[in-house]
Amino acid sequence: MTRTTGLLTATLLATTAMAPFAQAETLRWARAGDSLTLDPHAQNEGPTHTIAHQIYEPLLIRDMTGAFEPALATDWAPSPDDPNVWVFNLREGVTFHDGAAFDASDVVFSIERAQTEDSDMKELLTSIVEVRAPDPLTVEFVTDGPNPILPSNLTNLFIIDEDWARANDAVEVQDYEGGEETFAARNANGTGPYVLNSREPDVRTVMTRFEEYWGMDQFPLDVTEIVYTPIQNAATRVAALLSGEVDIIQDMPVQDLGRVAGTDGLDVRTAPQNRTIFFGMNMGAADIETDSVEGANPFADARVRQAMNMAINRDAIKQVVMRGQSQPAGMIAPPFVNGWTAELDATSTDVAAAKALMEEAGYGDGFSVQLDCPNDRYINDEGICQAVVGMMAQIGVTVNLEAMPKAQFFPLISNRTTNFYMLGWGVPTYDSEYIFNFLVHSAEGDRGSWNATGYSNPELDAMIQSLASETDLDARNDTIAAIWEVVQAETIYLPIHHQVLNWGVASNVAIEVDPEDQPKIKYIALN
Amino acid sequence: MLAYILRRIFQSAIVLLVVGLVAFSLFRFVGDPIDNMLGQERTQADVERLRETLGLNEPFVVQYAKFLGQAVQGNFGMSYRQGRPVAEILMERAPATLELAAVSGVLALSFGIGLGVFTAIRRDGFAANAIMTLSLIGVSLPTFLIGILLIYLFSVELGWLPSFGRGEVVDLGGWTTGFLTPSGLQALILPSITLGLYQMTLIMRLVRSEMLEVLRTDYIRFARARGLRDRAVHFRHALKNTMVPVITVTGLQLGSIIAFAIITETVFQWPGVGLLFINAIQFVDIPVMAAYLMLISVMFVGINLIVDLLYVMVDPRLRGDSARGH
Repeated sequence: MTRTTGLLTATLLATTAMAPFAQAETLRWARAGDSLTLDPHAQNEGPTHTIAHQIYEPLLIRDMTGAFEPALATDWAPSPDDPNVWVFNLREGVTFHDGAAFDASDVVFSIERAQTEDSDMKELLTSIVEVRAPDPLTVEFVTDGPNPILPSNLTNLFIIDEDWARANDAVEVQDYEGGEETFAARNANGTGPYVLNSREPDVRTVMTRFEEYWGMDQFPLDVTEIVYTPIQNAATRVAALLSGEVDIIQDMPVQDLGRVAGTDGLDVRTAPQNRTIFFGMNMGAADIETDSVEGANPFADARVRQAMNMAINRDAIKQVVMRGQSQPAGMIAPPFVNGWTAELDATSTDVAAAKALMEEAGYGDGFSVQLDCPNDRYINDEGICQAVVGMMAQIGVTVNLEAMPKAQFFPLISNRTTNFYMLGWGVPTYDSEYIFNFLVHSAEGDRGSWNATGYSNPELDAMIQSLASETDLDARNDTIAAIWEVVQAETIYLPIHHQVLNWGVASNVAIEVDPEDQPKIKYIALN
Repeated sequence: MLAYILRRIFQSAIVLLVVGLVAFSLFRFVGDPIDNMLGQERTQADVERLRETLGLNEPFVVQYAKFLGQAVQGNFGMSYRQGRPVAEILMERAPATLELAAVSGVLALSFGIGLGVFTAIRRDGFAANAIMTLSLIGVSLPTFLIGILLIYLFSVELGWLPSFGRGEVVDLGGWTTGFLTPSGLQALILPSITLGLYQMTLIMRLVRSEMLEVLRTDYIRFARARGLRDRAVHFRHALKNTMVPVITVTGLQLGSIIAFAIITETVFQWPGVGLLFINAIQFVDIPVMAAYLMLISVMFVGINLIVDLLYVMVDPRLRGDSARGH
């Protein structure tokens, strides 16, 4: 025992104060979660895509403002001869990390791989009938009808090397039946700006700059080595930033923003996130079980929904629950999304008018209902629900709050066993059609899978379906505006706010916050 | 003696089976893994197909039987979260937890016994009273708070020690160790204090009270009357006789150090099995949860078995026939 104590004392003495910031060009980076797999088609999930974006590349990406930027493709356009075909011209002289040349056959292989049953990316590619390579630097996507927004579905669709995948038995995307992990889950060979150096899942992933990268002259690429370490506990993550052990953290807790911003050498960078928080109500059922009203469903009455919408004081939620870190929302689309307008997104609170509407609907004495809310999914989710409970009480609606972990919460929506729930929605395609398909369209077939409101409007469904193949963009935007009008008039959802992203960074790291919460390290300049 | 051991092993096997059954009956209350495994674009058909593939539609008894059938062949299935074999993940994570637990255990035992003896011998001294008062902190403060306080003081304010992770580790043929690098040793200090503090104060208080009791007994007085030196009386005669309850408690506490390292590992982002288990619960990673719970129960049952055998060695009265009646 003396030896142990001696050893501990010795190390304690040998320890010197750590250097406050990275001196080399190593970027030490932390967020709450780790990438689940390196196989770029196995999981459609934020942290997984974030790591993949450093190592692999899609045909095109979104830059920090959300605009398209060429990556492996240099330009793309619908074919002049056939409205059902998109033509992508590929970048010349690109090599994979192992030295193999990139060409159109790799794109065809990757898209087909991502369309297989075990791929998590296949739902974004359902309109694609065939991918073909007329020559090594051209790829043609044939869709089942004109698809004006195909490129927005490809921004997280990574290209892997066909020969590498075949040589390493990684043609199949991981499957759980086989009991073995695929080679591609642990190894990577992309065309991206960083090469995978080492990886211990949930512990540390190290990447080094790919010196043969095609964009060496086009991007800052100041970081030569990335050390990515997930830190789950928010307080520890902030402590690691404060003590200078990491240079950039994502998932900043809002209560620590002041502490970080007030520390010399550290900054908080803020930007609106591509995610809106809202409430949904089961209006489709004739009667619901979790309320106090017998034989009727108060949510089926549009006046009740409007009254609830008017009773929510979004500014109060922003100030009290979110500590100023949110953008009150009047519609369920974040501002980047095609179809968003400032008028639709405007908010107002009018408790007196809300009470009058309740009276008119025959619920002057109010009713009680259960609200299901996650407590570990969105920023301060449970706190928002608690605030809404108080606001609903003002118009006589007694809300019984059931807060639970996301693993228990989301099955309620999938199984349609909740009548009043919170949900957050991001729009990876930056287009309203995505929102309508999942949240507004009747729950039939492949559409409406997240519409647990029971709202069903055949006319609206037809308009939503027409968006998929409308090639006249002006006409398409008119339809989008018309659909939003109905969504707002019917008060299908009660929007709360658009989430705001906060990253804590060392002041010398020049980076803009990405609305999808996916920092792309190639854009970082070190001052 | 052999029959005794065999009987204990048989009992242990039954305990393990029951633990597994209870665990499997509880998994469906943790939640549903499907929404975590598929992206938000998933269709109902995807959900159904995956549920079928994973066998989630079967009654939990059937799921448990399948798990057992695979487990006895050494196959614990695939992690839903990482898509890798569970056995491999556990093997990868175990060294971190075991090293942390070992250091905490050694700290707790050495300081616990040392301070316990000290406070018993100098029971009215100022130092002893101060230590006793301070030890209340160790018993009463929750682990995560101690961890956060240590991080705040030693990482953020003083910048001496790392706030998270294991530092550099050296891979010795499948066993990663942090004992061989300076950063690995530094990284051990705060988590092992956090994890061991409660056990240390517990052992200290136990040793103190046992020691005070033993020091009042006749044979100690006779020993003093014989003119033996204090040192011999305290350490050779008194301390040895306080050890039976200390061994029991230490044995059980060693188990809980490993099992309840969960909180310390979460606070310090220590890449051990406890952190793995927390992630598994959040994701409803049933294969990992099942394997972890089985592993922990095997460990507890094993430690209890060893403790029972140690009694027999320490206390001669338990040897022979009386052991069977225990």
